[in-house]
Order: sequence, then C-alpha cells, then structure tokens
Amino acid sequence: MIGLEGLVKYFHRGSVNEVLALAGIDLQLAAGDFVTVIGSNGAGKSTLLNAIAGTFPVDSGRIVVAGEEITNWPEHRRARLIGRVFQNPLLGSCPSATIEQNLALAALRGQTRGLAKGVKGRDRQRFGNELARLGLGLEKRLGDKVGLLSGGQRQALTMLMATLVRPEVLLLDEHIAALDPKTSTQILAITAEIVADGRLTTLMITHNMQHAISYGNRLLMLHQGKVLLDLSGPEKERLTVQDLIEQFHHAARGEELALDSLLLA
Amino acid sequence: MTFYAAVGAVEQGLVYGIMAIGVYLTFRILDFPDLTVDGSLPLGAAISAVAITAGLNPYLSLLLALLGGVLAGMVTAILNTRFKILHLLASILTMIALYSVNIRIMAGPNIALLGVATVFDPVVRLGVPPHYAGLAVFALFAGLVLAGIVWFLGTELGQVVLATGDNPQMVRSLGVDTRTIVVLGVGLSNGLVALSGALVAQNQGAADVGMGIGTIIAGLASVIIGETLFGCRTMARAFLAALLGSIVYRLAIAFALSLEIGAFRFNPSDLNLITALLVVAALIAPNLKRRLMER
Repeated sequence: MIGLEGLVKYFHRGSVNEVLALAGIDLQLAAGDFVTVIGSNGAGKSTLLNAIAGTFPVDSGRIVVAGEEITNWPEHRRARLIGRVFQNPLLGSCPSATIEQNLALAALRGQTRGLAKGVKGRDRQRFGNELARLGLGLEKRLGDKVGLLSGGQRQALTMLMATLVRPEVLLLDEHIAALDPKTSTQILAITAEIVADGRLTTLMITHNMQHAISYGNRLLMLHQGKVLLDLSGPEKERLTVQDLIEQFHHAARGEELALDSLLLA
Repeated sequence: MTFYAAVGAVEQGLVYGIMAIGVYLTFRILDFPDLTVDGSLPLGAAISAVAITAGLNPYLSLLLALLGGVLAGMVTAILNTRFKILHLLASILTMIALYSVNIRIMAGPNIALLGVATVFDPVVRLGVPPHYAGLAVFALFAGLVLAGIVWFLGTELGQVVLATGDNPQMVRSLGVDTRTIVVLGVGLSNGLVALSGALVAQNQGAADVGMGIGTIIAGLASVIIGETLFGCRTMARAFLAALLGSIVYRLAIAFALSLEIGAFRFNPSDLNLITALLVVAALIAPNLKRRLMER
C-alpha cells in the first residue's frame, strides 16, 4: 500500500546547520497495516510523515502509495490518497466555518470543487450519522462554528474529516499529544474504531510507548533518520515497555561508542 | 450639510461600496492586504471610458472593466504565490505598473465622457429624475454584487476561498492548491474594484489616471467602520457591513467638508489625512480597549 525506497531528506543542506533528517528509509506497508511509530525527538518521525504527505520534496528516494508513484506530486495532489491529522488541533479544521461546512469541505477531498451549494441538504443527514459515532454530541451542533469547540472535540472532528473520504493512507502525527489525558484516551479509542472500521492503512506517531505497544499490528522505532526497530505479529505482541526502553538505551549507547571510536581514531 | 450633499454622499457610498466589498474579500477573508486596488480602480475607469468612446454599449464596457480588474488582481496574486514576493510588495508593484498601463489605455492621463451613452441613460428613460439616476443604478449594482458574493461564498468553491484565509494548511491537506484559490480570490476582488471604478467614471463624466489614489485607505476605512457599527457575525452580514460602512464613511466626509469652525474649513485635499487618522484610530481602538479593560 505504501512503498518507501531509500528516502533521504536533509534540512538546511550545505549550511552549518545541515541536518540529515531521513537517512535512507526503506519501508513496505501492506494494506490495512496499522503502524505505530516511536523515537526520540529529532529521530525523523514527523519528517517521515511530512515527506509522505508532500509538505516538502525529498532529496532522494521514491514514494509509492496505492500503486502510484507520488514522489514528485505536490501536497494538494497527494491529498487525494492521504488523510492527515496534525498534533495541533487548530490545524485540522477551519474555526470561522461551521461543523457542517468543515465536513462538507472534507467530503470533497481530492475532487474538483464547483459552484454547487457548499452544504447540501442530503449531506446533513450523513454528517449527523458520522458525528454521532464519535459520541460527543456534535451531531446536535452542525451549525456551530468550529472555533467554539474544545481541542478534543476539534481533534475528533479532524479524525472524521480525514477519513470521511476513505484515504489510502492515514497519517496521524502525535494527534493526541496536545490533549489532556482523559480526552486523549477518548480520541485514541475513536481513532482505533475508525481505523478498524475502514481497515485503513495507518501510520501513527506517538510518544507513549504503552500506546505504541497496545495499538496497531506493527511498530517502528526510528533513530537518527533510520528505522532502528521494525516489529510485527507475535514479536510485537510479546513486547513490553521495558523492552522498548532498553532498545532506546541501546541505541543511545551505540551513539556514544561511535563517538568514542571516532575520538580514538 | 445640504440634502443634495447627503444624497451625493450616499450615491458615492454605494458605488465605492462595491470596491469596499472587494477590499473585504482580500483584507479580511483571504488575509491578503492588497494595494493593487489603487491601480485597478482607474484601470476599470479607463477600460470603460475607452470602450464607450469607441461606441461599445456602456453595460458591456462594465464587463470589460471587470475582466481587466480580474487580470490585474491575478498578476499580483501570481507574483505572490508562484514567485514568493511578499503580498504587500507584489501589490505595490502591480499598482505602479498599472499607472503606466492606464495611461497607455487612455492614450493620455484622462478621458472625458461628455455627450456619450452611459449606464444611466436607460434609467432616465424609465422616468427616474436624472439627479437620482446615479443613486438608482448604484443601489442596483451594489445589491447585485452583494447578493453575488454571498451566493459565491456559499458554494463549494467559495467555501474553499473562506477556508484558505482561515487555515491554508487544512485546505492543502484536503486536496486544494491554495495558490490557485488566492489567485482566484484576489482576481475577483480587483474585478469588483474595477467595476466600481468604471461606474464612478461614467457618473463623474471622466476617467482619470489619478482617481485611484487612496482607494485602499477608503476601502479599509469602510470595512472597519462597517465592522464596528454593523458587526460581522455571518458572512452576509459582514459584506453588507462593508457596503454600509462605505456609505457612512462618505457621509462622514461630506459632513466634515461642510463644517465651519470659526474661520477654519476643511479642504477636499485634507481628506486623505482625515481618512488615514480615522483608519489608524479604528485599528488601534481594539488594542486600547483591551488594555483599559485589563486594568
């Protein structure tokens, strides 16, 4: 469903601030894979998702989604295949528009927009049903401006908007990190339900190792722009938080060793 | 202020209100401060004047003026979105270029429209007194433009224009190229401004290359006065407020010009200063109010 080959991305290339954010990522995801992605700050998690979504061009490598090579497609064109939810709840919806207007915008993801009415009568019924699934009572507030909603409600709405037109790939970039613990649990449950219902191929970045273990069928640990750990099936099921922490330390030690050998040489 | 001065001010308010609706679209909806309007208003006037002088139907000349304005706005927006020139600078560049273009179009700095057909003729033929013909025609056009823009912003495409000013990242991740939308929106805005300029020229009987100076400031003043007095809770209300703000603005100016304080009187040339002060006051008022409330 997703194929990444030798993905390389530099930031500030050629300057003193040069950072190698993706150091050659190879990854194949099957349809319906729900992959959790962990890694320390600067490991390249967000860069990986942004590279797939087309926020910036990559320096080398290929990106294939649903059989189409999208490496050189602009961001808005890739949106036909990709649904996204950002860490910042404010980025996913439009505050001055109503809930139904936001959903109507999302219902046309990847399609040409014409001069037909923005929110149609038959849409309202459908939007109401979809919102009712969230269990937040938003179905009764179709005409309310999104700016009036809480961060959690907005993030739940964004989840719905990203999946209203079934995406080939769903990218979740720490989408619950900015919410309080109770709300984040709620949004995570909604996420799991939506992903399962639609059998969506999903990449979910998280900082919570327990979440990374309990959700999804596959787990990636990134470190310095590379895939350090790629576990699925029974391996992933047996995994504990302790194992993951040890892996983290192992990675950190590896870094120190490399530094030592450099000094000795 | 005499009755005739007041009627004249309302008339001006309506015709420049079409321009204010265009300014609202860029300044508030797209968050794109656009100075192109100082050039696209006389552009519309010039195109319409030349077309009428050449014998074209005055209503058709309005359409040409509108198209000319759309093109001018698109140039600014393309400079900004494709070539990454700061929006303010891009619009100043287009504005400056339009000065030369307008003189080329008119083959001189101005054209008089005396004894030629105008959009007011059919209205006068219907029996409207000539001194009210401007009021009638401008009210009609302002109403049509208002209805048209409110309709457009309710469509699929219009909703994307609204969202682009609010949250461009979301719009891109929903599969729309925001650059195209900005080009469309700024084009539409300048089309309305040029239409306004064409109507003004036909009303005052001349198109002049200098008639656009201060358009953006008058537009901003109208928008801000409108928001303050009439609110902007719904989209229709906000655009109506810009139109009404334009009328209040012209009435305020007519009032200021009629003032006599001892030997002191305002000159028409003081208008730009008064307007600039008005806009500055309106822009800093919300800040001052907040600071006072915090105490």
